[in-house]
Amino acid sequence: MSGADAAPPDRDPGLQPERTRLAWRRTTLSATVVAVLAAKTAVHGGATAVSVLAAALCCALWLAFLRIAHGRIGTLAAAHRPRALTPAHAAAAALCTLALAVCGAFLVF
Amino acid sequence: MIDFVRSVRLWFVPAEVRQEGGTPDYRFSLANERTFLAWLRTALALIGGGFAVDQFLPDLRWGWRVGLALALLVAGVLCSLRAVNHWARCERAMRRGEDLPVSRFPALLSLVVAVVAVVMVVVVLVGWEA
Repeated sequence: MSGADAAPPDRDPGLQPERTRLAWRRTTLSATVVAVLAAKTAVHGGATAVSVLAAALCCALWLAFLRIAHGRIGTLAAAHRPRALTPAHAAAAALCTLALAVCGAFLVF
Repeated sequence: MIDFVRSVRLWFVPAEVRQEGGTPDYRFSLANERTFLAWLRTALALIGGGFAVDQFLPDLRWGWRVGLALALLVAGVLCSLRAVNHWARCERAMRRGEDLPVSRFPALLSLVVAVVAVVMVVVVLVGWEA
């Protein structure tokens, strides 16, 4: 970066991969908040079998999301010009979110 | 509807996406990805809002509390489904060199959020009933 020839000359000045990495981090953080709220709801609501199961599932889904995000961040960091997100990855991330909402419905009831 | 089924197929058969058109500049793909993630965060925020209604308005009548929470959770589900669908459509449009798809969803979502917020204010002001 500081004039050294070793630095990649065509480094993206817009820092797109870095921004995308941070976007994944932010999204994981949002998922964390949801998982924590789910656990709080389960504990607060008297900890029945259904609510404990739903909260455990929420935590598992959070882990799954973390894994997806981590895999994608690895891909972003590996290449100089990272490949686009695959539809399977995008669908998996969205399905995690959807499943969190379904668990939430069981917890709220 | 048929368009939607085709999009769903695209999520799970990534090779098909790659066959269409040319690969766009990676920066455009990454921007599309960040938009997708922003929508996913919106969905997560709606889901978190559902939990928050359930947790932090304990004095509300059961029906109102669960109804509001479920409305927010359903909005979160729709938002996440729409996020991945819109991402796939944008990606395909960029590969084919077409215009990006337009969408009524942002307007619809903001209306739904506004209605839920108004209902919440009214319910909290009027419906205090342990």
